[in-house]
Amino acid sequence: MNWQIHLPALVLAIPLLGAFAAPLAGLGGKHIRNAWFIFISVVTTVLTMLLWQKVAAGGPAVYVLGGQAWNLTLPSGLTWPIRIVLEVDAFGAFMAVVGGIVALAGAFFSLRFMEKFSGLDKFVSLYFLLVTGMLGMELTGDLFNFFVFLEIASVASFGLVAFWRDRPEAVEASFKYMVISTVAAMMVLIAIGFLYGRYNAVNMAAVGQMLHMGYAEKIALVFLVIALAMKCGTVPMHMWTPDAYTEAPAGVTCLLVGVSQAALYGLFRVCFSLYGASLDSVVVPWTIIVMGVLSMFIGVSMAVIQKEIKRLMAYHSVSQIGYILLGLGVGLLALRDPQAMADYGFTAMKGGIYHIINYTVYKGLLFLTAGALYYAAGSRNLNELGGLARVMPQTTFMFVIAAAAIAGLPPFNGFVSKLLIYESTFAVYPILAVMALVTSVLTLASFVKVFQTAFLGPAKAKFAHVTEAPGSMILGMSILTVVIIGLTLFPTWALSHLVEPAAKALVDQAGYIAAVMGGGL
Amino acid sequence: MTGNIPFLVVGVVFFLGLYAVLFERNMIKMAIGITLVEASANLLLIVLGYRFDGSIPVFTLAGEVKQMVLPTPQALTLTAIVIGLATSALLLSLIMMLYRHYGTLDVREIRRLRG
Amino acid sequence: MKPLSVVVRTICDIFMWFMAVYGAYIIIHGHITPGGGFQGGAVVATLIAFMLVSHGGEKMVSFVRTGMYSAAETTGLLLFICAGFFGIATTFFYNFLAKQGGLFGSTVPLGANSGVLNSSGTIALMNMGVGLEVIGGLSLIIYFMFRGIRLHVETGSEETGHDR
Repeated sequence: MNWQIHLPALVLAIPLLGAFAAPLAGLGGKHIRNAWFIFISVVTTVLTMLLWQKVAAGGPAVYVLGGQAWNLTLPSGLTWPIRIVLEVDAFGAFMAVVGGIVALAGAFFSLRFMEKFSGLDKFVSLYFLLVTGMLGMELTGDLFNFFVFLEIASVASFGLVAFWRDRPEAVEASFKYMVISTVAAMMVLIAIGFLYGRYNAVNMAAVGQMLHMGYAEKIALVFLVIALAMKCGTVPMHMWTPDAYTEAPAGVTCLLVGVSQAALYGLFRVCFSLYGASLDSVVVPWTIIVMGVLSMFIGVSMAVIQKEIKRLMAYHSVSQIGYILLGLGVGLLALRDPQAMADYGFTAMKGGIYHIINYTVYKGLLFLTAGALYYAAGSRNLNELGGLARVMPQTTFMFVIAAAAIAGLPPFNGFVSKLLIYESTFAVYPILAVMALVTSVLTLASFVKVFQTAFLGPAKAKFAHVTEAPGSMILGMSILTVVIIGLTLFPTWALSHLVEPAAKALVDQAGYIAAVMGGGL
Repeated sequence: MTGNIPFLVVGVVFFLGLYAVLFERNMIKMAIGITLVEASANLLLIVLGYRFDGSIPVFTLAGEVKQMVLPTPQALTLTAIVIGLATSALLLSLIMMLYRHYGTLDVREIRRLRG
Repeated sequence: MKPLSVVVRTICDIFMWFMAVYGAYIIIHGHITPGGGFQGGAVVATLIAFMLVSHGGEKMVSFVRTGMYSAAETTGLLLFICAGFFGIATTFFYNFLAKQGGLFGSTVPLGANSGVLNSSGTIALMNMGVGLEVIGGLSLIIYFMFRGIRLHVETGSEETGHDR
């Protein structure tokens, strides 16, 4: 029990140790490196689940890096923390569990998928740096530390997207992603500079306590919302998403889905816990809602016409982010009014947060099945594939489950979260729910097209040599399938134990501030 | 008013860098524009720490002083400079590889991923 | 790149090691003067760039052994993270060496003084870890970026065949 107070720091330190020691493990040969890869991934996932259990039992976990408590060595007169403080409430722990699951699946998948590449020591290091950056964004309670972890994750992902360096398209995709992502990160830094200049503190709880809206805070809010929405892949800043998700190796794409969720976490932490009660106009929630609706619609419209399977799924990724933004935007709209929050706001937030875990697992599984198709058949073009269901039965089964979940077919988990979003947005403006429904129908249409083209149909002659994907890739995909089936079979447990504490923690700005400022440690 | 000149400089450099990223055709010039945007963010952080009539925040070299400028934004800026270095190195390496693959530095020619 | 004249090459031979010593001074004194791991490491890495400009590309490529610099990079990073883990009895990154009197452990007297090198505990160790890492990392960046522009032809080291 004693070592469990160190869990927030261990969740960040173990992947970082994995990244730094990967060249040493690589000296021992391929098998030792793979064993180190899997070992650190499993340990990280187990630690995130233990952290979630600890937070669910005992309230927000606060951890001070480098000292016993933050108010022990303060010079007189200073009443807010100056050390880096990690603060994990239910929403942060939930996001960390989601990230850990998807990192483990990607790690198992990449064992066999990447074996013909050279430079795999660097791949393992970059993979663990990306995992560290993602988890760091979700666990930290300090604005500048959030920026540092955002940049760690971004630079690692630039390298991983361009990892297939013999393909010109991969390098082009990474360049496009890099230019827009660096400008966005600099905007985040300028916003943090504004807030630091006004309040002389970078701790999130301290700034949230002292904040009242003025001109500089509005500029900082705009910069933060736009830059973090860009990192998720929201329209109109979504141009990098199809390219980067397509050209990255499939296990990395699965992890990139988790990283975009971490940026979404940052966006909502800023809106709800930093600015929450001080937001006095409805412009910001309505901007988020409009961006969500545009993402849904443009994402799915561009997806229906694609010919390449991973690019199609990447456009669907843009559209699913729109659902989450819609749900949480409606929750932000209802934040000032307790009656509205009880009516539709809290349901919208539950729908949005449940959709985060649903989207991450089924989208990760879809990308992994596309990677398995590419590994087995050698092509990603839907015009060339066909009739692969006979020779790849397990991949087909998992693809069907993931496609049914993303299209919102009952009884899968996608249906539950989409229903919550439909019924709450209907109470704000009926047209929002109508657009969400239309998007869902178009999603179903495009996945029926993919399934019928790639898997059904007569067997083609050039795919006569195709066999099922190797065992470790099937294991990686089945981790995500087990999570989807688990969420399908136990929706009430998931909603009441996973989602509702997270939604309550997000709405409760006073509790977030009091966890750090109120009691000290 | 003259105390606000550093902040105006930050704004001017930021928009110059943003103009270079958005409107230049040569990829190296886009990379220079990104460096300018990073420089403006670092300059903003350092200028925020200035206290009027303060000395350098080094305990052993400052002598008898009443006030020092804040050292915390200097630490934040140092971190941001290191991040900017890593980003620039990676960006220039990617530009070199793009030149080797596509044969041109004109960003409008590099459009194989479309639609 | 072609080597420059003999005057430049002689000055490079003398000055290169001065840069290394000056960089090491900046790294080691990071906790009492402005400077530290990254700044000192960048100064040391400029000696590779200096050698590239004055002696030419071929001499630099034969001078740099990538194994040594990769080892420096990994050692620096591992020193950093292990210095963080050893203090985990209290918290991660806790400064367990400060004020203990041993390695890096003396206390700093109050008031203006000329600086005590033996102080500040794990901060000095982490500084040196970061310094080693930056030396390795930046030197390798310069080396690989020079080899990437392919001014001289190399055979047998092309990477092909991953795709298509």
